[in-house]
Amino acid sequence: MVGLVIASHSPKIAEGTAELVRHMAGEVEIVAVGGDSDGGLGTDPERLQAAIEGIKADEILIFMDIGSSILSAETVLEMLSPEVREKVRLVDTPLVEGAFSAGVMASTGATADECVEAAMEARTEPKLH
Amino acid sequence: MGATQRTVEVVRAMAAAMEEHRAHLTKLDSEIGDGDHGTNMHRGFQATLERLETAEPATPADVLKAVSMALIGKVGGAAGPLYGTAFLRASTTLADKEDISAEDAAAALQAALDGVKQRGKAEVGDKTMIDALKPAAEAATNAGGSLAEVFRAAADAAKGGAESTVEMTARRGRASYLGARAVGHMDPGAHSSYLLLDAAARTLESA
Repeated sequence: MVGLVIASHSPKIAEGTAELVRHMAGEVEIVAVGGDSDGGLGTDPERLQAAIEGIKADEILIFMDIGSSILSAETVLEMLSPEVREKVRLVDTPLVEGAFSAGVMASTGATADECVEAAMEARTEPKLH
Repeated sequence: MGATQRTVEVVRAMAAAMEEHRAHLTKLDSEIGDGDHGTNMHRGFQATLERLETAEPATPADVLKAVSMALIGKVGGAAGPLYGTAFLRASTTLADKEDISAEDAAAALQAALDGVKQRGKAEVGDKTMIDALKPAAEAATNAGGSLAEVFRAAADAAKGGAESTVEMTARRGRASYLGARAVGHMDPGAHSSYLLLDAAARTLESA
Protein backbone atom coordinates (compact mmCIF):
# COMPACT_ATOMS: atom_id res chain seq x y z
CA MET A 1 0.00 0.00 0.00
CA VAL A 2 1.10 3.56 -0.77
CA GLY A 3 0.99 6.29 1.89
CA LEU A 4 0.92 10.05 1.33
CA VAL A 5 2.43 13.02 3.14
CA ILE A 6 1.13 16.52 2.43
CA ALA A 7 3.71 19.21 3.22
CA SER A 8 2.54 22.81 3.09
CA HIS A 9 3.51 26.19 4.54
CA SER A 10 -0.02 26.41 5.89
CA PRO A 11 -1.48 23.96 8.43
CA LYS A 12 -4.90 24.63 6.90
CA ILE A 13 -3.77 23.82 3.37
CA ALA A 14 -2.08 20.60 4.53
CA GLU A 15 -5.09 19.51 6.62
CA GLY A 16 -7.59 20.58 3.97
CA THR A 17 -5.78 18.76 1.20
CA ALA A 18 -5.54 15.63 3.34
CA GLU A 19 -9.24 15.91 4.15
CA LEU A 20 -10.12 16.18 0.47
CA VAL A 21 -7.98 13.17 -0.47
CA ARG A 22 -9.33 11.10 2.43
CA HIS A 23 -12.86 11.84 1.32
CA MET A 24 -12.21 10.21 -2.06
CA ALA A 25 -9.51 7.72 -1.10
CA GLY A 26 -10.90 6.26 2.09
CA GLU A 27 -8.45 4.00 3.79
CA VAL A 28 -5.23 5.41 2.31
CA GLU A 29 -2.68 6.44 4.94
CA ILE A 30 -2.25 10.18 4.63
CA VAL A 31 -0.50 12.59 6.97
CA ALA A 32 -0.69 16.40 6.87
CA VAL A 33 2.38 18.40 7.89
CA GLY A 34 1.72 22.13 7.75
CA GLY A 35 3.29 25.24 9.20
CA ASP A 36 6.48 25.89 11.13
CA SER A 37 7.44 24.56 14.56
CA ASP A 38 5.43 27.34 16.27
CA GLY A 39 2.27 26.67 14.27
CA GLY A 40 2.76 29.71 12.03
CA LEU A 41 3.21 29.74 8.27
CA GLY A 42 6.41 27.95 7.29
CA THR A 43 7.91 24.52 7.23
CA ASP A 44 9.07 22.15 9.94
CA PRO A 45 11.52 19.50 8.70
CA GLU A 46 11.63 17.75 12.10
CA ARG A 47 7.89 17.13 12.02
CA LEU A 48 8.09 16.10 8.37
CA GLN A 49 10.78 13.55 9.22
CA ALA A 50 8.73 12.18 12.13
CA ALA A 51 5.67 11.91 9.88
CA ILE A 52 7.58 9.98 7.23
CA GLU A 53 9.10 7.65 9.81
CA GLY A 54 5.68 7.06 11.38
CA ILE A 55 3.96 5.90 8.21
CA LYS A 56 3.39 2.16 8.00
CA ALA A 57 2.93 1.97 4.22
CA ASP A 58 5.70 0.27 2.17
CA GLU A 59 5.94 3.19 -0.22
CA ILE A 60 5.55 6.86 0.66
CA LEU A 61 4.83 9.78 -1.66
CA ILE A 62 5.52 13.33 -0.52
CA PHE A 63 3.58 16.25 -1.99
CA MET A 64 4.88 19.80 -1.41
CA ASP A 65 3.58 23.28 -2.07
CA ILE A 66 6.24 25.92 -2.69
CA GLY A 67 9.73 27.20 -1.88
CA SER A 68 11.00 26.05 1.49
CA SER A 69 8.64 23.06 1.71
CA ILE A 70 10.54 21.61 -1.25
CA LEU A 71 13.94 22.47 0.27
CA SER A 72 12.78 21.02 3.59
CA ALA A 73 11.59 17.78 2.01
CA GLU A 74 14.90 17.37 0.16
CA THR A 75 16.82 18.05 3.36
CA VAL A 76 14.73 15.52 5.29
CA LEU A 77 15.39 12.93 2.58
CA GLU A 78 19.10 13.38 3.27
CA MET A 79 18.58 12.84 7.01
CA LEU A 80 16.51 9.66 6.77
CA SER A 81 18.05 6.24 7.34
CA PRO A 82 18.74 4.41 4.06
CA GLU A 83 15.98 1.85 4.80
CA VAL A 84 13.34 4.58 5.14
CA ARG A 85 14.75 6.76 2.36
CA GLU A 86 14.33 4.05 -0.27
CA LYS A 87 10.58 3.93 0.48
CA VAL A 88 10.13 7.67 -0.12
CA ARG A 89 9.60 9.68 -3.29
CA LEU A 90 9.06 13.41 -3.75
CA VAL A 91 6.36 14.01 -6.33
CA ASP A 92 6.78 17.00 -8.63
CA THR A 93 3.16 18.10 -9.10
CA PRO A 94 0.76 20.81 -7.95
CA LEU A 95 -0.08 19.94 -4.34
CA VAL A 96 -3.85 19.53 -4.32
CA GLU A 97 -4.33 18.05 -7.78
CA GLY A 98 -1.32 15.73 -7.53
CA ALA A 99 -2.15 14.43 -4.06
CA PHE A 100 -5.77 13.95 -5.04
CA SER A 101 -4.96 11.87 -8.15
CA ALA A 102 -2.30 9.82 -6.35
CA GLY A 103 -4.55 9.24 -3.34
CA VAL A 104 -7.45 7.99 -5.40
CA MET A 105 -5.10 5.73 -7.36
CA ALA A 106 -3.53 4.46 -4.11
CA SER A 107 -6.97 3.57 -2.77
CA THR A 108 -7.35 1.08 -5.63
CA GLY A 109 -4.25 -0.76 -4.40
CA ALA A 110 -2.02 0.67 -7.14
CA THR A 111 1.78 0.77 -6.90
CA ALA A 112 3.75 3.94 -6.18
CA ASP A 113 4.74 4.12 -9.86
CA GLU A 114 1.07 4.09 -10.90
CA CYS A 115 0.19 6.70 -8.28
CA VAL A 116 3.01 8.99 -9.43
CA GLU A 117 1.94 8.55 -13.05
CA ALA A 118 -1.62 9.58 -12.13
CA ALA A 119 -0.30 12.54 -10.17
CA MET A 120 1.93 13.68 -13.04
CA GLU A 121 -1.09 13.80 -15.34
CA ALA A 122 -2.41 16.53 -13.04
CA ARG A 123 0.38 18.76 -14.38
CA THR A 124 -0.89 18.70 -17.96
CA GLU A 125 -4.57 17.81 -17.75
CA PRO A 126 -6.56 20.95 -18.70
CA LYS A 127 -9.39 21.94 -16.37
CA LEU A 128 -11.39 23.74 -19.04
CA HIS A 129 -12.15 21.96 -22.27
CA MET B 1 40.94 27.05 24.77
CA GLY B 2 40.36 23.88 22.73
CA ALA B 3 39.02 23.91 19.19
CA THR B 4 35.63 22.57 20.26
CA GLN B 5 35.11 25.32 22.82
CA ARG B 6 36.35 27.89 20.31
CA THR B 7 33.78 26.62 17.81
CA VAL B 8 31.09 27.09 20.46
CA GLU B 9 32.33 30.66 20.98
CA VAL B 10 32.10 31.26 17.23
CA VAL B 11 28.51 29.99 17.20
CA ARG B 12 27.62 32.21 20.18
CA ALA B 13 29.01 35.19 18.28
CA MET B 14 26.92 34.20 15.25
CA ALA B 15 23.83 34.04 17.46
CA ALA B 16 24.65 37.47 18.88
CA ALA B 17 25.05 38.86 15.35
CA MET B 18 21.65 37.46 14.35
CA GLU B 19 20.16 39.11 17.43
CA GLU B 20 21.85 42.44 16.74
CA HIS B 21 20.94 42.51 13.03
CA ARG B 22 17.51 40.90 13.29
CA ALA B 23 15.59 44.07 12.41
CA HIS B 24 17.90 45.00 9.54
CA LEU B 25 17.72 41.50 7.99
CA THR B 26 13.96 41.54 8.25
CA LYS B 27 13.87 44.99 6.64
CA LEU B 28 15.99 43.75 3.71
CA ASP B 29 13.68 40.74 3.39
CA SER B 30 10.56 42.94 3.53
CA GLU B 31 11.82 44.78 0.46
CA ILE B 32 12.12 41.73 -1.80
CA GLY B 33 11.09 38.63 0.18
CA ASP B 34 8.49 37.63 2.73
CA GLY B 35 9.91 39.75 5.53
CA ASP B 36 10.87 37.08 8.02
CA HIS B 37 14.59 36.43 7.48
CA GLY B 38 15.77 38.32 10.58
CA THR B 39 13.14 36.76 12.82
CA ASN B 40 13.78 33.30 11.39
CA MET B 41 17.56 33.42 11.71
CA HIS B 42 17.28 34.78 15.24
CA ARG B 43 14.88 31.99 16.20
CA GLY B 44 17.17 29.38 14.63
CA PHE B 45 20.24 30.59 16.48
CA GLN B 46 18.37 30.89 19.77
CA ALA B 47 17.36 27.23 19.31
CA THR B 48 21.02 26.51 18.54
CA LEU B 49 22.13 28.06 21.84
CA GLU B 50 19.53 26.00 23.72
CA ARG B 51 20.72 22.85 21.99
CA LEU B 52 24.35 23.62 22.87
CA GLU B 53 23.37 24.04 26.54
CA THR B 54 22.36 20.39 26.77
CA ALA B 55 24.56 18.81 24.08
CA GLU B 56 28.08 17.89 25.08
CA PRO B 57 29.98 18.30 21.83
CA ALA B 58 33.27 16.42 21.76
CA THR B 59 34.56 17.89 18.52
CA PRO B 60 34.07 21.04 16.40
CA ALA B 61 32.08 18.83 14.00
CA ASP B 62 29.64 17.98 16.82
CA VAL B 63 29.08 21.69 17.43
CA LEU B 64 28.37 22.35 13.75
CA LYS B 65 26.03 19.33 13.61
CA ALA B 66 24.05 20.76 16.54
CA VAL B 67 23.80 24.12 14.71
CA SER B 68 22.60 22.31 11.60
CA MET B 69 19.87 20.38 13.39
CA ALA B 70 18.61 23.49 15.23
CA LEU B 71 18.52 25.58 12.05
CA ILE B 72 16.79 22.85 10.03
CA GLY B 73 14.23 22.41 12.80
CA LYS B 74 13.52 25.96 13.84
CA VAL B 75 14.18 28.52 11.11
CA GLY B 76 10.92 27.82 9.30
CA GLY B 77 11.79 29.33 5.90
CA ALA B 78 14.10 28.38 3.04
CA ALA B 79 17.09 29.61 5.06
CA GLY B 80 16.61 26.66 7.47
CA PRO B 81 17.32 23.85 5.01
CA LEU B 82 19.95 25.97 3.22
CA TYR B 83 22.00 27.00 6.25
CA GLY B 84 21.24 23.64 7.90
CA THR B 85 22.76 21.86 4.91
CA ALA B 86 25.75 24.24 4.95
CA PHE B 87 26.57 23.52 8.60
CA LEU B 88 25.90 19.79 8.13
CA ARG B 89 28.34 19.54 5.21
CA ALA B 90 30.95 21.56 7.09
CA SER B 91 30.49 19.20 10.04
CA THR B 92 30.88 16.12 7.84
CA THR B 93 34.06 17.55 6.32
CA LEU B 94 35.68 18.12 9.73
CA ALA B 95 34.68 14.59 10.80
CA ASP B 96 36.37 13.64 14.09
CA LYS B 97 39.21 16.19 13.93
CA GLU B 98 39.92 17.65 17.33
CA ASP B 99 41.93 20.56 15.98
CA ILE B 100 41.14 22.69 12.95
CA SER B 101 43.81 23.93 10.53
CA ALA B 102 43.40 26.77 8.06
CA GLU B 103 43.11 24.16 5.30
CA ASP B 104 40.39 22.30 7.24
CA ALA B 105 38.40 25.53 7.66
CA ALA B 106 38.70 26.35 3.95
CA ALA B 107 37.60 22.81 3.05
CA ALA B 108 34.62 23.09 5.42
CA LEU B 109 33.57 26.41 3.86
CA GLN B 110 33.86 24.90 0.39
CA ALA B 111 31.72 21.93 1.47
CA ALA B 112 29.16 24.31 2.98
CA LEU B 113 29.01 26.22 -0.31
CA ASP B 114 28.61 23.00 -2.31
CA GLY B 115 25.77 21.92 0.00
CA VAL B 116 23.90 25.20 -0.43
CA LYS B 117 24.37 25.09 -4.22
CA GLN B 118 23.04 21.55 -4.36
CA ARG B 119 20.08 22.30 -2.07
CA GLY B 120 19.09 25.65 -3.56
CA LYS B 121 20.17 24.99 -7.16
CA ALA B 122 21.45 28.55 -7.39
CA GLU B 123 24.61 29.90 -8.99
CA VAL B 124 26.58 33.11 -8.69
CA GLY B 125 24.53 36.00 -10.07
CA ASP B 126 21.14 34.65 -8.96
CA LYS B 127 20.97 37.14 -6.02
CA THR B 128 21.21 34.55 -3.24
CA MET B 129 23.48 33.43 -0.40
CA ILE B 130 25.71 31.89 -3.08
CA ASP B 131 26.83 35.36 -4.14
CA ALA B 132 28.38 35.80 -0.69
CA LEU B 133 29.44 32.21 -0.01
CA LYS B 134 31.24 31.45 -3.27
CA PRO B 135 33.73 34.33 -3.08
CA ALA B 136 34.07 33.56 0.64
CA ALA B 137 35.03 29.93 0.03
CA GLU B 138 37.49 30.97 -2.70
CA ALA B 139 39.08 33.61 -0.48
CA ALA B 140 39.34 31.10 2.36
CA THR B 141 41.13 28.61 0.10
CA ASN B 142 43.61 31.26 -1.08
CA ALA B 143 44.14 32.96 2.28
CA GLY B 144 46.50 30.62 4.11
CA GLY B 145 47.86 31.84 7.44
CA SER B 146 45.94 31.53 10.69
CA LEU B 147 42.36 30.42 11.21
CA ALA B 148 41.45 34.03 12.00
CA GLU B 149 43.02 35.18 8.71
CA VAL B 150 41.09 32.54 6.77
CA PHE B 151 37.76 33.68 8.20
CA ARG B 152 38.64 37.37 7.83
CA ALA B 153 39.40 36.82 4.14
CA ALA B 154 36.16 34.84 3.77
CA ALA B 155 34.10 37.50 5.57
CA ASP B 156 35.58 40.36 3.53
CA ALA B 157 34.90 38.48 0.30
CA ALA B 158 31.35 37.71 1.47
CA LYS B 159 30.79 41.40 2.19
CA GLY B 160 31.77 42.30 -1.37
CA GLY B 161 29.62 39.46 -2.67
CA ALA B 162 26.60 40.58 -0.66
CA GLU B 163 27.05 44.15 -1.93
CA SER B 164 27.17 42.83 -5.51
CA THR B 165 23.63 41.45 -5.09
CA VAL B 166 22.20 44.99 -4.90
CA GLU B 167 22.41 45.43 -8.67
CA MET B 168 21.15 41.92 -9.51
CA THR B 169 17.73 40.68 -10.50
CA ALA B 170 16.78 37.51 -8.62
CA ARG B 171 16.45 34.09 -10.21
CA ARG B 172 15.54 32.07 -7.09
CA GLY B 173 13.02 32.47 -4.26
CA ARG B 174 10.23 34.99 -3.84
CA ALA B 175 12.33 37.89 -5.16
CA SER B 176 12.47 36.18 -8.56
CA TYR B 177 8.81 37.14 -9.05
CA LEU B 178 9.77 40.82 -8.78
CA GLY B 179 11.96 40.97 -11.90
CA ALA B 180 13.69 44.35 -12.21
CA ARG B 181 11.95 45.61 -9.07
CA ALA B 182 14.41 43.57 -7.01
CA VAL B 183 17.28 45.70 -8.34
CA GLY B 184 18.53 48.21 -5.77
CA HIS B 185 18.02 45.87 -2.80
CA MET B 186 20.63 43.66 -1.15
CA ASP B 187 19.75 39.99 -0.86
CA PRO B 188 19.04 39.28 2.83
CA GLY B 189 20.52 35.75 2.67
CA ALA B 190 23.77 37.05 1.18
CA HIS B 191 23.91 39.66 3.95
CA SER B 192 23.29 37.11 6.73
CA SER B 193 26.02 34.90 5.23
CA TYR B 194 28.43 37.83 5.53
CA LEU B 195 27.30 38.55 9.11
CA LEU B 196 27.87 34.92 10.17
CA LEU B 197 31.36 34.79 8.63
CA ASP B 198 32.21 38.18 10.13
CA ALA B 199 31.11 36.96 13.57
CA ALA B 200 33.38 33.94 13.17
CA ALA B 201 36.31 36.09 12.07
CA ARG B 202 35.91 38.57 14.96
CA THR B 203 35.75 35.75 17.51
CA LEU B 204 38.89 34.09 16.16
CA GLU B 205 40.74 37.43 15.92
CA SER B 206 40.09 38.17 19.58
CA ALA B 207 41.17 34.68 20.74
